Parts: sequence; C-alpha cells; structure tokens
Amino acid sequence: MRIQKHPILGEFKKGKEVSFTLDGKEMNGCEGEPIAAALRAVGVMVHRHTKKGLGRGIFCAIGRCTDCVMIVDGKPNVRTCITPLKAGMEVKTQYGVSDKP
Amino acid sequence: MKRYDLIVIGAGPAGLSAAVEAAKRGLEAAVFDENDKPGGQLFKQIHKFFGSKEHKAKIRGYNIGKELLRNADELGVKIILNAEVVGLYPFKEVVVNIDKKVLHYRADTIVASTGASEKMITFPGWTLPGVIGAGAAQTMMNIHGVKPGEKILMLGSGNVGLVVTYQLLQAGIEVAAVVDASPQIGGYGVHAAKVARTKVPFYTSHTIVRAQGEKSVESAVIAEVDENWNIIEGTEQSFNVDTICLSVGLSPMSKLFSMAGCELEEVPAKGGMVPVCDKYGETSVSGIYAAGDVSGIEEASSAMIEGRIAGTAAAHKLGYIGEKEFLAEVKLQRESLESLRQGMFAPENKGKVFTETEEGYQISGSLLEKGYIDCKEIDEYPGVKSKEGIHPVIECTQNIPCNPCQDSCPNDCIVVGEITSLPEYKRSEECSGCGLCVASCPGQAVFLINNDIENNYSYITIPYEFSPLPSDGDLGTALDRSGKELCEAEIVEVKSIKAFDNTHLLTMKVPLEYSKEARFFKAKEE
Repeated sequence: MRIQKHPILGEFKKGKEVSFTLDGKEMNGCEGEPIAAALRAVGVMVHRHTKKGLGRGIFCAIGRCTDCVMIVDGKPNVRTCITPLKAGMEVKTQYGVSDKP
Repeated sequence: MKRYDLIVIGAGPAGLSAAVEAAKRGLEAAVFDENDKPGGQLFKQIHKFFGSKEHKAKIRGYNIGKELLRNADELGVKIILNAEVVGLYPFKEVVVNIDKKVLHYRADTIVASTGASEKMITFPGWTLPGVIGAGAAQTMMNIHGVKPGEKILMLGSGNVGLVVTYQLLQAGIEVAAVVDASPQIGGYGVHAAKVARTKVPFYTSHTIVRAQGEKSVESAVIAEVDENWNIIEGTEQSFNVDTICLSVGLSPMSKLFSMAGCELEEVPAKGGMVPVCDKYGETSVSGIYAAGDVSGIEEASSAMIEGRIAGTAAAHKLGYIGEKEFLAEVKLQRESLESLRQGMFAPENKGKVFTETEEGYQISGSLLEKGYIDCKEIDEYPGVKSKEGIHPVIECTQNIPCNPCQDSCPNDCIVVGEITSLPEYKRSEECSGCGLCVASCPGQAVFLINNDIENNYSYITIPYEFSPLPSDGDLGTALDRSGKELCEAEIVEVKSIKAFDNTHLLTMKVPLEYSKEARFFKAKEE
C-alpha cells in the first residue's frame, strides 16, 4: 500500500523502519509517520469498535473526527492519524473505551 | 503574559500570508497551529494552480507553501506548532493548549484563519472503515505516501472531488467511478476531462445508496436519481471498491469567532456560518480579522490574498503604515482577488448552470454530464483551429480565471485577454512547438498537433503526469477524450525539462483519422 515512485513527488522521505505491536502482533512501519498511516500501509482497516460493536477506521486523517482512536501504550482515545509512530509502541484495538471486546 | 502585535490562528495559506504581510511592515507576529507542520492543506496540493502570474498560477500548491514558509522565516515570523487555540476573547486574548498546558497570550490584532472542515453525507454503511473524506485520501497519499485504498469510488464532482480523483490515479490507485447527485459535474470541465480521458466514468444524477462490507468497505451501491433527488427504482448498480471518498463540500470552522463575540451569518454561497466582515476582513469586533476558507470557501489562491489584505489592515490599524500606502496596497490586492472571483465558477454563481460562455459559445452538454467534450463539438471553440505544421489545440471551454497558456507562449500565439475569456489560438502567429503552453495549463487542456510530418499520420503531444513515464519508441494505445481505445500509438518523443515542472510532454504518432480524437496514451501492459 506504499507508493513507491510518485510521478510528481518522487520518493517519499520516510523515517527508518521500526517495529511496533498491534494487539500483541508485531508489525513494521516508518518512524514518525502517523500510526494510522503505518496501519493502513499493512492493510489494517479497523481501529476500534463502538459500544454497539461497530467497526471504525480512518475518516478525516487530520485529527478532527476522532474515528481512528486506539489504545496506545495503555492510553485510550489516542488519535492515531496525528500521533507519530515510535519504535516499540503497543497499539491496541479499542472497544468502547477499553481494550476488552 | 506574552503580548504580540499580531496573533494569527492557523498556519495555512491565509494565515501565513497575513503574518508575512504584517511582519514586512514591522509587526511582531506569531502564528499558532494545532498541527505538527505548518502550511495547512497547501502541501497536499500537488497540482498546478489556476489564475494568473500574480496568483502563482501554474505553480504546484506545495511549492507555493514552501515559498510562503521561506518568506515567513526570513521575516522572523514566529510559527508555534502543536499549539491548539482553544479560546479567543473580544479583548484579543488567545488561549492556547501547548503540550497539555493552557497558556494565555495577548495581541493588539488577531487574524483567525482556521480554515474549513469537510462536510459529509450519511447513508447506510457510511461509518464502515473505508469510507473517508477526500481530504483524508490526499493526506494519506500526498503527505504520508500511503495509498488510502486500492480501488476507490469518489462521491462528489466539485473541484476537490475531481482534483483528488486525478491525484488518486497519479498515486497508482484505481478509481471505479465519480458519482454526483447533480445532473452536472460541479467542478471545472478541464479537471473532469483529464480524469475522463483515463477512462474513469462519471455518474451524474446518481447517488450512493449504501456501502457494503463485513468489517470494512467491500462494495458501494449507487442508483440514479430523478429531478427531485429521489432514487429511481431498478437503477441500482454495485462497484467492488475498498474505499469510498466523500467530497461533498467544505464547512468554515468559525467557532472561535462566535466565542469572541463576532457577528456571524449563515451564507450558503460561502459554505455555512461565517463571520460578518468588512472589505478588509475585519469582523464586528475591532482588530479581529478573518481570512481564508473560514470567511467563505474558496481556493487557496483567494485565501492567500485575503490573508495579505488582513495582514496589511492589521499593520494599518496599529499605525505601521499610513493611510495612503494602505489604501493603495489594498486596492491592488482587491483587484487581484476580484479577478479570481470572475467567471462561471465565481462564488456568487454557486449552483448555477451555464449553457453558454460569456462569448456566446455553447457549453458542451457532454462535458457537463460525462466529463468530456464530444468530438463533434470541439471545433466550435476559439482555441481549436487547424493549421499546417505544429500548432496548439486548446480545449478550454468554460470561463474560468486562468491565463498561463497566454503567458507562457513566447510567440503570442495564444490570447486570453480578460482573465476568464476562452483562450484563442491566433493562427496568424507562428507556433514553435516549444510545448510551454501544454505544460503550463493547470487543466491539462492544451495539446500540440502536427499532421505534416509524415503522410497519413498525426503527431499529437499530450501532457502526462503518471508513472512510469513511457520512452521513445514505446508502443501503446491512443485513447479518446472518454478513455475509449482508438488505435495503436507509438511514442516518438518524450520531453521533460525543468520548466515543465514534472508535466512531461509525450508525442504520440497515430493514424491521421484520429488526429481530432486521440488525447491520451495508455502504455502496453507488461
């Protein structure tokens, strides 16, 4: 899902590859890019479930709509579209406001 | 409490322009922005801007952004990032959330240029992951280099929908369709045409019925609507897409103004609730100004001028420039702004459908409905004339404020005159075939035709902004304006020079009979 060579922008300057976990599963992304971008790049669509159990993912990608919030390093409601990825981050799918389905 | 001469809220095109203009006159200016990078949405705009030279026409948005940041830096404008303004009060106190601390600042003047947020429409399945704003798609692909999806349905055919559709294609993403409930495409015909010729179909008078998918979007169902916007039964059709992009308008983010006690009004032509402003952008609260999309949805080019006017007005209010200089400067800026507000797509014409141009040319019904001009109609326009040897063919058929084609021609072959007039090709002047008009047209509506190089063949030069770039000798297929495959085409020249700024000029050779139809090239799949 990453754009390799863009006709106008050329190659994207990305941070070094780092690993993080999603619900305990190891994944890779680029340091400094939004967590949501790293997740989209590996095909993850569902970031959280509402209390009624409905899935939600990226919607606005600029930190306004809060659809993409997840639990990051134990903290719920983190807007993943504007939170930079760091090595070793523990990202969890959010259920309501908890990490338990 | 730190005090500034000017505090600007929002480091987008309007805010940065205001700060630069004020700092030029000696004001101490600070700009707060909630994002971690300045520039607002400018760095996502990878297309060439419309307008004239003074509006930075034919320059790509992100390059305009870089220049603005350079100016701000040189003038010592302080840009404070990750700083969310949470309060604005009538006595010009600004409350900012920085690093989880709430800080207070005072200013003698304020320019709030908080921009706009995307509107949305609701339909069954609209909350499924995979339904995103068109702006989100732009952010993902043009900033982060990540595809928002592999196959996309675009909802809305205004300029944002059209521009983002084209950018999706540039990012290597398939676009299944552009859908709009209105019977006509909302944005510039030239933007629609560059999408249509790549074979993306337009479904006007259609709306989305539902998004389907178990965990995320797997398909989108659309249906035709009648003149009362009701769905016509039996017209449903489904597209297998993993993403649905919504580009259904923008809404000014004017909440801070209401907090500051500024008078607001609902103006549909401006996109919603906007502060009431005088001609300098000053609101009902003295010293608080509005600039950019927050005072009415327009283009970034207009936002920059509004910012400059507000910044100059702030400098005048605080006595940094005299009355005479102020009025002269503002007069220039107002004229520049007014020229962008001319033509069929002017804010006051929102929702109006034109059937003919200012000059009396018929507007192509096919262009409005399907995104491309029918071959039978094309000869009607003043930019389309045949001549011996190489010559431009300018397929620009609506009155939009733009003239880089005229500006770029070293031989004065192209005349626009009034900025919204249709470009006219002057057959009496000699075309050198330099291609500057082709590369500089932000609508990619100029082609070079030469039917006199080789018997029975036409050499057609087209603008090309996709990867991979074909090379000399490549064989492929020539497509017509609707993306229909016409015939085999051979690339005979690829011209890529710095002045073209990543718009490459492909010259393809096709049989003469396709001279008036072939407008795009599809490389042979490997």
